[in-house]
Order: sequence, then structure tokens, then C-alpha cells
Amino acid sequence: MASDAITVPVGQTEARPWVDELHQWLTTVDHKRLGILYIVSSLLFLAVGGVEALIIRIQLMHSHNNFVSPEVFNRMFTMHGTTMIFFVAMPVLFGFANYLVPLMIGARDMAFPRLNAFSFWLSFLGGLLLYFSCVGGSGLYGAGSAPDVGWWSYAPLGARAFSPGHSSDYWTLALLVSGFGSIGTAINIIATILCLRCPGMKISRMPLLVWMNLVMAGMVLLAITPLSAAQIMLLIDRYLGGHFFDTQAGGSAVLWMHFFWIFGHPEVYVLIIPCFAFMSEIIPVFSRKPIFGYPVMVAATVCIAFVSMSVWAHHMFTIGMNSYANSFFTLTTMAVGVPTGIKIFNWIGTMWGGRIQFKTAMLFSIAFLFQFLIAGLTGIMMAASPFDWQLSLSYFVVAHFHYVIVGGILFALFGAFYYWYPKMTGRMLSERLGKWHFWLFLIGFHLTFDVMHLPGILGMPRRIYTYEPGRGWDALNFIITIGAFIQALAILVFLANLVISYFKGARAGNDPWDAWTLEWSISSPPPAYNFATVPTVASRRPLWDLKHPEDPDSRYE
Amino acid sequence: MAGLIIAESAIFTIFVVAYLFYLGKSSTGPTPQAVLETPIFYTICLLSSSLTIHLAAKSLERDYRRLFLGLWLLTIALGGLFLFGTAMEWHRLIYERGLTISTNLFGTTYYSLVGLHAFHVTAGLIMLSLVAIFGFIGRVGVSQSGRVAVLSMYWHFVDAVWVVVFTVVYVLGR
Amino acid sequence: MSMLNMKSSTLRLLAQGILLLFWSAMAVWASEPKGPSPHGTNIFAPASTPAKSIADLSVFVLVITGIIFVVVFALLIYSVVRFRARAMDAGREPAQVYGSTQIELAWTIIPILIVVVLFLATARVIHAIEDAPEPAGAVEVTAIGHQYWWEFRYPQLGIVTANELHIPLSDPSHPTPTFLQLLSADTDHSFWVPELAGKTDLIPNHPNRMWMDPQRTGVFLGQCAQYCGTQHAKMLLRVSVDGPEEFASWVHGQQKPAVEDAGAVAGRRVFESNACINCHTVGGTPADGRFGPDLTHLMSRATIAAGAAENTPTNLRLWIQNPSAIKPGSLMPAMKLSDADLDAVVSYMETLN
Repeated sequence: MASDAITVPVGQTEARPWVDELHQWLTTVDHKRLGILYIVSSLLFLAVGGVEALIIRIQLMHSHNNFVSPEVFNRMFTMHGTTMIFFVAMPVLFGFANYLVPLMIGARDMAFPRLNAFSFWLSFLGGLLLYFSCVGGSGLYGAGSAPDVGWWSYAPLGARAFSPGHSSDYWTLALLVSGFGSIGTAINIIATILCLRCPGMKISRMPLLVWMNLVMAGMVLLAITPLSAAQIMLLIDRYLGGHFFDTQAGGSAVLWMHFFWIFGHPEVYVLIIPCFAFMSEIIPVFSRKPIFGYPVMVAATVCIAFVSMSVWAHHMFTIGMNSYANSFFTLTTMAVGVPTGIKIFNWIGTMWGGRIQFKTAMLFSIAFLFQFLIAGLTGIMMAASPFDWQLSLSYFVVAHFHYVIVGGILFALFGAFYYWYPKMTGRMLSERLGKWHFWLFLIGFHLTFDVMHLPGILGMPRRIYTYEPGRGWDALNFIITIGAFIQALAILVFLANLVISYFKGARAGNDPWDAWTLEWSISSPPPAYNFATVPTVASRRPLWDLKHPEDPDSRYE
Repeated sequence: MAGLIIAESAIFTIFVVAYLFYLGKSSTGPTPQAVLETPIFYTICLLSSSLTIHLAAKSLERDYRRLFLGLWLLTIALGGLFLFGTAMEWHRLIYERGLTISTNLFGTTYYSLVGLHAFHVTAGLIMLSLVAIFGFIGRVGVSQSGRVAVLSMYWHFVDAVWVVVFTVVYVLGR
Repeated sequence: MSMLNMKSSTLRLLAQGILLLFWSAMAVWASEPKGPSPHGTNIFAPASTPAKSIADLSVFVLVITGIIFVVVFALLIYSVVRFRARAMDAGREPAQVYGSTQIELAWTIIPILIVVVLFLATARVIHAIEDAPEPAGAVEVTAIGHQYWWEFRYPQLGIVTANELHIPLSDPSHPTPTFLQLLSADTDHSFWVPELAGKTDLIPNHPNRMWMDPQRTGVFLGQCAQYCGTQHAKMLLRVSVDGPEEFASWVHGQQKPAVEDAGAVAGRRVFESNACINCHTVGGTPADGRFGPDLTHLMSRATIAAGAAENTPTNLRLWIQNPSAIKPGSLMPAMKLSDADLDAVVSYMETLN
């Protein structure tokens, strides 16, 4: 199976004119190319969202700063949050899912290739629509203005009365459009996993990455749609005179909050579960052991998916729910920490007794474990609703969720990049640049987000364009800003690594990491058809069985 | 299609929740009890169209193309009749009873929920009509019965949603 | 190769250890109370029962999560150091262990027990704060959130003021807490004075209730915590906790109608013949607007524009002439008065004690 390829007739390997190449990319339905399109587009939006973050941090560097006006600042944090969640995190994870899922189950493509392409372009269009607001927003202060209602657009701030002009509409439409793209991709992932597994790959033999993307896709169907519904209601309010969230007519601002967070909370699990997937593939390979407790990992993930649908109002502890509701959501939120925490133990259990190799991908994974632990624990703190009555809406929360999203999700993503880049491009990423990237980013990350918990404890609310001196927040904010710039530098190193290694990186063979899942059995990059002959598997680690015929996994499962 | 149905169910659920939440909370304007008339006939039309589409799909599996086409057209007609009924009701509500989407909370939630459903019926009818056209030019045979089955699953879903909407709006809501 | 590995992991160990120390130091530094008066905004320097219950619960939660952190971190560091690949391992794979039912059961049960303990401790505090009955001696305040200022009404005392709240000191043996009803005139806001209580939101069409019983006098600071629009950052709070005599005298002063100073007649005429009276109220005069803050006792306040500027004649003049210079995006319009009129109005404002 090692070099299973159909020979390509001479003539088709000549370089094509660039217009042709571009056309191929724009009209592709190949899951691998769409995966790369998702990933590249998300990196573009990452750069934009990162600049927005730096603008925020410069403004907050000291009290009463004047780097940007309050209006611009408010647009910055709205755009930063919206961009990062919807146009960076979701697409990059869909991109990896698109690329890897068919390869890992021995399929030749996703179940619905054209739906795949359609979903990607919808997603991308959504991003463009959001940024078009800067030009076409006809907002309050000029020709165009980005939305400035926060990435939740709480009612009634999002209503016509408080957000005249069209900037809010671009926000609404961008998310509605890309939401439909997400639903399309989710349907595709589920159909692919349920119907296209190769012979021998029972559901209980799928790699954990496949399992977790299945769970994630199921959650997308149930989580994104409440937001879509709420967006439609908001549009009805803004354009057809509806009163869904019109408090003057008896409508409820709290109803928007419920609908938004019924989406919002499962959404963050949609984002983290694929990252659990990356960790569950990378950590075993670099520890040279199988994942510890595969069945429990699956069960815990499914458990998280269900329980996470019942915790949403922990984002609403301060809105004045009664003590029974607050207690209920406290309980469910603490409960969802159990299956999540268990996974950390399983990953450590995987490393335990292993022979750990500190490649860059593994460094990011170990940092993930450390940071996800802390993020989970600060989450437990806020699950205790009275504690949350102080911490909510402050920089403590901002620190917590960036700890999860940057310290958890982004670190896991970096790990995934270093691990699968060789497969996607046929070249190894530079380990030297990788280590620079890692250490710079680690230092910058901790400088910013460790310290950021403190202004929250000291009473600094979020979404403020400036703050009063004498509250003890100045020095802390300054340090946070320094950390942000260090992270920016690290990202530049990473982007440089991606580009330089594409041209100068060492050639990767089929299987540079001596790994065990099906994608490593074919060439790097894989041929368009993936597998010349559809493989048959007998265990969870088909390549281990091939490399160790004296001690195959199939004996133990 | 199962995936799409799950996702769409979630969207409808949110609109139903909003409808139920706002029952009785309108501060002014017409109330459900005052203006709603139960559309029994049109409901029967829509629900029977589920039967006809089921029979149509079954006929296609057995390659009874004429029967399939006839039942298929009947389905479209019944669906169209349902939409016509909705249009009549809305006309009455707007022009005779003064209930619009912006009148009050009831107006907003009623038109949104029933409208969302009607939108899905319309989309379904467009798809069904496309298949009918293909049927007329002889392109629909046994080998397409799988796809026709998937489309009829969508149609059954639309009918099931109507059962829920009907119960919530015309039975519980009054 | 192995040297590099060892160096990498030792560096990791060192880095993470330094981080731990750094963070602990920060936590200690942060928990020290800051400055004499006004009081700071540190959630771990509570001056009132709700804030204290929260702080106590928080310490309990921090201890438990701290222990969890130390245990898991130790396991992580140990595994990273102890099980790193060495040169002599090349080519051999370690024992392939697939799992262990006993271990997995243990590390499922223990977290569940921890959750139960945390939940019970938390539920008690939730009920204690949210379901606290209102005693007879309580002071009632209705707080109405506006873009971007706070309206405070004392229904029992017949007082209306803005932005700066005065509440009585509460003696634990004879409590006189303040119960606030929270409403909003426009978007969502949140009342947050960290050393007195956890925050509660002000949501239109959704009245909320909170209470505090401060046990230390002085001025407590806070600000709006729910993004409400352009000037959310400048919707500041000043809560003055007064001893019994001071509170009584403040109430007495607020209950009086507006001071009628003969020397400010010109200014008053300007005020009453301009649009000022459409938004502002001055008790006992034709000015009875409700869109903006009540100005009857403006001079009893230390700041203007919800804390955006100190209450000085210069600032007041600037505020009336060009509010965007102080708080761009606030809903106070530039009044476009002539210099003479402006001076007159300011002198009139200065008499409103």
C-alpha cells in the first residue's frame, strides 16, 4: 500500500498556464483543494482579525488613550470577534475536516462534492459581505461603517432604533449566509462518515478525528440554526416592522439572548471538538502509543455534545434569572467540565509510558494541554454563578475565552499545521522556524492572557474604549499589549514558515512521522483520486498493523 | 436529507418557541381568538398531498411512469391549493381584520411562523415542478426513484411541520 | 538529537514554572486593597454582604480549582520529563497500552464528586443572595439605565438624582440595606460596583432586583458593564456610603426644591427659554424633561456626564457648549449658545446645590 499510485500519462504533468490553474482552483470540487481553500481564506481573515486586535490593544495600552475614536474602537471589537469566530475558526476547522475525513476513512471524496464547493463559497461570500460593510454600510458616520454592536448584537442595541444605517444588516446577512454554508458542510461530513467508510472500518474503528468531526457536524446542525432563526427574526424586526425583540412593543430582549446563546454555547464546543480531534491524532503518534481509552474518548465527546446543549444560560447569569434557573445552569455547566476534564487525563495517559518526541507539533500539543486545563478551570470558576456575577462582562471572561480559543484552539491548530502540512504539500515545515514560532507565541500568549485575568478581578469591564486612571489597570494593560505584539511577531514567523517551506522545505515522503492512520499510506500530496485501490482495514490503526505484523492492534480490539 | 431536516427542524423550533413565548403578550391589536379561522380544508389538502407523493414515489419504483406523473401533479395541485388558502387567509387578515406583521407581537410571530412554512412549501413546489417537467420530457424513470424518494422525504417534512404549526397556532394558541 | 529534546523539555519546565510563580505573585499583588479613598474596584475587597459571600465562595472555588491544577500540572510535567524519547530508544516502540478501566473510572468519579461539592456550595450562596428578604429598614432605589447615564429615584423619600448614588451604612446588628430595582429606558446596561455586590443587568421590559448592605463608609466606584453603545465606557458609577447623620442630611438636601438664587435669574431665563427644559428637570421650575439627568441638585455631585468629567465650572461650560469634547457620542446636544448666555447658564447651574 506504500506507493499505490496509478501512473499518469506523459503530457499531463507539464506546467499549465496560471489562468488555467486559477480556474481549476475556483471550480474545484475536490475535497483536498476545498480544504486548502478554506484554510488559506481563514489565514487571510486571521491577519485582518489580528490587526483589529492590535488596534484594540494599542488603544487600551494606557488610560484615556486617543489612538482611535470610541466609534472606531467599538467597530474593532465587533469585527474582531465576528471575524475570528465565523471567518477564521469555523472555516479553518471545516478545511481540515474536509481534507482529512475522506482520507482517514479510505474514501475518494466527500459524499456531495458540489455541495462542498457551494458551502465553501457561501462561507467566503459571508466574509466578504461582512467587510463590504466598511464600504457600503451607509452607517451613521459616513459612507460606510462596519457594525459596532458587539459580536452578539444584543437586543435592543441591534434594532433599527439604536443601529440605524446598514452596518448591522451586513453583520446579520454575513452570518446568515455563512451559516447556510456551515450547515451544508455539516450535512456533507455526516453523510460522508456514515456512508463512505472503507470496508472493515466499522464505526468503532474510525480514527478519533473522524468521530469528533461527526459529533461536531451534528452539533452544527442544531447549533447554527437557532442563530439563523434569530437573524431572520432580527431582519423581520429591522425591515418589516416586526416586534420580536422590540421592547417598546412588549418584545423581549432576553429572548434574543436565549436564542443567541443557544447557538453561542454549542458553537464553542463546535470549535473545540475538532481541536480535541487533532490532539487525539498527534499526541499518540509523538508518544508512540495508541490513544489511552478510545471508547471513553468517544463517549465523553458525545456526552459533551449533549450536555453542552443545556448550559447556554451561563452566559446570562447577570440578567436576573431566578435562583432555580441560575442553580440549574450552574450544575449543568460544572457537569460538562467532567467529560472535558476526562479527556485531558486520557491525553496525559497516552503520553504516560511513551517515548515522547518533541517535534513542533508535539510542543504545541503539550502547551494545549497546559492551557486548556487552565481555561477549563477558569470556566469552572465562572460556572459558580455568584462568582460569575463579579467576573462576567469583565476582562476575566475575555481572558478565559481567549485562553480557550488562542491557548486551546489556535495552539491545537498550529499543531495540526505542523503535522499535516507535509501531507498537504509534500514538504516539511522548518523545525527551526517552528520552534521560534512556538516559543515566541507561547511567551506572547502568556504575557497577554495570563495577565489579562487580573484587570477583570480588579473590576475592569469589557468593551470599553478607554478606562479611568487610578483603578490599577494601566500597568497590566500595557503588559497585555506587549504580549499581543509578540504574538503578532510569532504569527509572522509562522506565515513565513508556511511560504518558505513550500519552496525550500525538505521533501516529505508518504509517512514522515511514522504514523498509523490511512492518510499516511498514500503519497504527499495525495493524488486527486486519493486511493488507487480502496483499502480494507482490520483495526483502529491500520498502518500499525502493517508495520507490526507480529503484534497487530486487531488482536486487542 | 435527514441532516437538512434536522437543521430545518431546529429553525422551526425557534420560531415556534417565539410564537408560544409571545402568546397573550401583545399589548394592543387583534388577538388569535378574535381573528383566526381554522383552515381545515387546506390542511386536509396539504396532508393528503403527503399520501399522493408517497404513492407517486412508490409507483415510480415500479416504473409506472404515467401513474407516477399523475400522482405527482396531484401533489403539486394540492400543495398549490394549500398556498392559495394561505394567501386567502392572509388577505382576509390584512384587509378585513387589520393584522399585519408590524401590528403587534401576535402579528409578528404569526406571519413569521406561517410565512416560514409557506416559504418552505413554495420551495418544495418549485422542486416538485422541476421534476414534473423532467417527467414530461421522459427523463424520470426507475433509476431516478432514489432521488424522488429523497425529495418526497422533504415534502413529508414540510407536512409534518404544518401539523406542528397548525396545532400551535390554531389549537393551542386560541 | 536527544540533547535537543532534553533542552526543549527542560526549557518547557522552566518556562512553565516561571509562569506559575509569576501568576501567583500577580494574584497576591492584585488582592491587596488599593489606595485610601475612594475605594477601588477589587472583587476581593468586599465591603457588603453580597460581595463578601461571593468573595468567600470564590476563594473556596479557587482553592479547589487550584488543587486540581497543581495535581494535573504535576502529572503533565512528570510525563513530559520522565517519558521523553532518549537516543537509546531509537527503533523501539514502548508498550502499547490501550486503556485501563479502573483508572478511567477513578478519574471520572472523582471529578463528579468535586462537581457535587462545588454545586452545593454555590447553590447556597445563590439562594442567600437572590432570595434574601427585604427587611423593614431597607432603603429602596429605582435605578434606570440610559444611554449613557444613570437615573436614581428614591420612591419612599421622593428624591430624583443621577449618576451618583448615596446609600446608608448598614449596621449588621440592625441592617439598613439598599434594595435596587433595575430598569432601562433604552438598551441593556449593567450595574457593577465590585466591592459592594455582583453585577446585575438593566434590561428594558425586564425589571431586575439587587441589594447591598455596605459596612464601610466612603466612595465606591464602578461602571456600566453591559455594552450599551458608543459611550458605554464612560457610564461611570459613584456610590457614596454615608454614615447615618450624613445620609440623613444628604436626603434632606435632596428633598428640598431647587435653590432660587436672585443672582442667577439671567441664567435661569436662558435655561428656561432654550431646549434645556425638554430634557432636564429642575424641581419647582417649568423644567421637567425626563430624557436627561435631573439637575435640581447638580452641585451636590462630584462629577458630570456620568463621571466623564469633574464637576467644575470649566467642565460644565465645555459640556454645554460642546459635549463631544468630553464624551463624543453622548446624547447631549451642543447647545449653540452665545458666550454671554453660556456664562449665565453656567452660573445658574452653579447655584443648584
